[in-house]
Amino acid sequence: MSIKERLSGNEAVAIAMKQINPDVMGAFPITPSTEIPQYFSGYVANGEVDTEFVAVESEHSAMSTCFAAQAAGARAVTATSSAGMAFMWEMLYVTASARLPVTMALVNRALTGPININNDHSDSMGARDSGWIQLYSESNQEAYDNFIMAMPIGENKSVRLPVMVCQDGFITSHAVENIELLEDDDVKRFVGHYEPEHYLLKKENPLAVGPYDISAYYMDHKILQAEAMKNAKSVILSVAKDFEKLTGRSYGFFEEYMMEDAETAIVVIGSSAGTAKEAIRELRSSGNKVGLIKIRVFRPFPMEELAEALAHVKAIAVMDKCEGFSACGGPLFAETRSALYDLDVRPKSINYVYGLGGRDIRVEDFKFIFRELESIVKTGQTGKIYRHLGQREEGVLK
Amino acid sequence: MTTRAKDINETTPWQKLTPGGEIYEGGTSILVDTGSWRTMRPIFHEEKCTHCMLCYPFCPDSSIPVVGGRRLDFDLMHCKGCGICFKICPVNAITFVKEEA
Amino acid sequence: MKEIENQPNDNLKENQEKDVIEIRWHGRGGQGAKTACLLLADVAFSSGKQVQGFPEYGPERMGAPITAYNRISESKCSVHSNIYNPDYVVVVDETLLSTVDVTQGLKETGAVIINSDKKPHELRPLLKGYKGKIYSIDARRISEETLGKNFPNTPMLAATVKVSNVIEREKFLADMESSFRHKFASKPHVVEGNMKAIYKSLEEVCAG
Repeated sequence: MSIKERLSGNEAVAIAMKQINPDVMGAFPITPSTEIPQYFSGYVANGEVDTEFVAVESEHSAMSTCFAAQAAGARAVTATSSAGMAFMWEMLYVTASARLPVTMALVNRALTGPININNDHSDSMGARDSGWIQLYSESNQEAYDNFIMAMPIGENKSVRLPVMVCQDGFITSHAVENIELLEDDDVKRFVGHYEPEHYLLKKENPLAVGPYDISAYYMDHKILQAEAMKNAKSVILSVAKDFEKLTGRSYGFFEEYMMEDAETAIVVIGSSAGTAKEAIRELRSSGNKVGLIKIRVFRPFPMEELAEALAHVKAIAVMDKCEGFSACGGPLFAETRSALYDLDVRPKSINYVYGLGGRDIRVEDFKFIFRELESIVKTGQTGKIYRHLGQREEGVLK
Repeated sequence: MTTRAKDINETTPWQKLTPGGEIYEGGTSILVDTGSWRTMRPIFHEEKCTHCMLCYPFCPDSSIPVVGGRRLDFDLMHCKGCGICFKICPVNAITFVKEEA
Repeated sequence: MKEIENQPNDNLKENQEKDVIEIRWHGRGGQGAKTACLLLADVAFSSGKQVQGFPEYGPERMGAPITAYNRISESKCSVHSNIYNPDYVVVVDETLLSTVDVTQGLKETGAVIINSDKKPHELRPLLKGYKGKIYSIDARRISEETLGKNFPNTPMLAATVKVSNVIEREKFLADMESSFRHKFASKPHVVEGNMKAIYKSLEEVCAG
């Protein structure tokens, strides 16, 4: 039985954590993720969970706490945003390379500067090479669902990697929307117990974690870690299948929205996908063959699957809510265009960097992008490849 | 993969390594031949030794085995040839010579 | 609902959004416009609607103008942008009229609801040529009469429900009462005061 509720994205994730009842939470408050440890510490104080809440003095310590707890054999969670995650930087890598499946609720916020508290993906995109699995959410519902799926993915013996469950700061974290929650027992059954083969507090099994690696070993351990990220792909799909059996809600590496006969398509991450869907519905109603791919899993990146999904499309716009400063496009664009390279016939592709620091993106903006794509298809001319959307331009009236 | 440290060396393929380089037993430094770092070697002259046990605590490693209150000949696998035992021996029961090429 | 022809895609059926009612709230930091917005989402949810309630976030400064939004619909609304063409605008503090263009983008078929002791025709000159309906409600007086203090939220919420019709009156009253009873379990007189404020507000909303 599902429970119908209306919750903000932060409340939804805090409730997922409560239902999971992890052993340890190490967290330090930062906007817009503050509410998650705030709600959760309430559950701790009220005895609704038996989690050890470690109120640390910094995010570096928050992730160190999670690292240590997970190495000891406990299930550890944290929540953070932006500069908070940046302060964890070293420990993100340490946790991933020690193969400790910590779970993080990341509420995406622009990573300074100038200082800004609103949403974009520059925090998590910067950490895309840290070795964490990254799941992105369109809505409060997806943030909740992804959080519940995170542990069965990360803790799987063939994976053993930390998981970052991302949602858009304020846009979903602070917006109250309808949601369907699972019963506590169903969540507990789904997530199961954390039963690592080796952990520091297992007395029959002395263990050293995080040793120094000389060159003779480092690369080989990194390949093992890379292999785990490859293994995560099938685990992500099988966990999604089990989750669908439980809830009826289906998840994959990405969502294909009206892609079947689409001639042009947008590839996007997060809450903007919902806004794009409305643009697509409206354009479809006047006969335009437009579609959308919403990336849910960015790490591991579903390269072959994405190429296949886009193979029949004539032109795509890849949307990056983050400026990569590569001087040639954002990170999602780089990955997506690279995925297309192996196709014999490829769609033309352009990149829009949009929504930085909370700049809003509207239904009209997506319609504009589809018009641009249509003109690329008509003329065969891609034009400028690396573009920005939503900025004020000199000489252009709004 | 739960390969034991004794079975891992610089020829082990990545598939046989442990996740995150985890080590599943204690005291694995005993497996590492640090004796190869030595340029000078201590030599034990048992006939002169009074088993006063002065060399034993001075050895910075674990190269002087003691059994039943009597020291035995050097275990050179971890001896780096520091010469402390040679300096400290009050009865010249230890000499210190150049390693042979 | 729009007619979709020759589009066999299943997604089209589930998600038509033309029934969405969009509301924009203008208030000042610390006044509770955000709370009223979330409360409206709450009561609409209780009556079985799909809801969104979200404030626009920035540096939080007491007294600074703030905006909050609601989308209320029968089927789920996937749009996650701010609201640019609201059906209704609610102004919790009439002093905002001189500094904020509250009717910007407001549909002329919609309405603006203003917390003011003035009549709608007196407020129209302040609304930059807005031609749609104007409602006023003296939320301060109602609040002071029923609750003894200036808490404009409850009257503004009631006025918004009445004008927008997003929730059936009886359902709204029942929900509010049970919500107040829950919230103020130890202070029954506060429940009574709030309910009085609601009845009075439903009556006194003044159209023009």
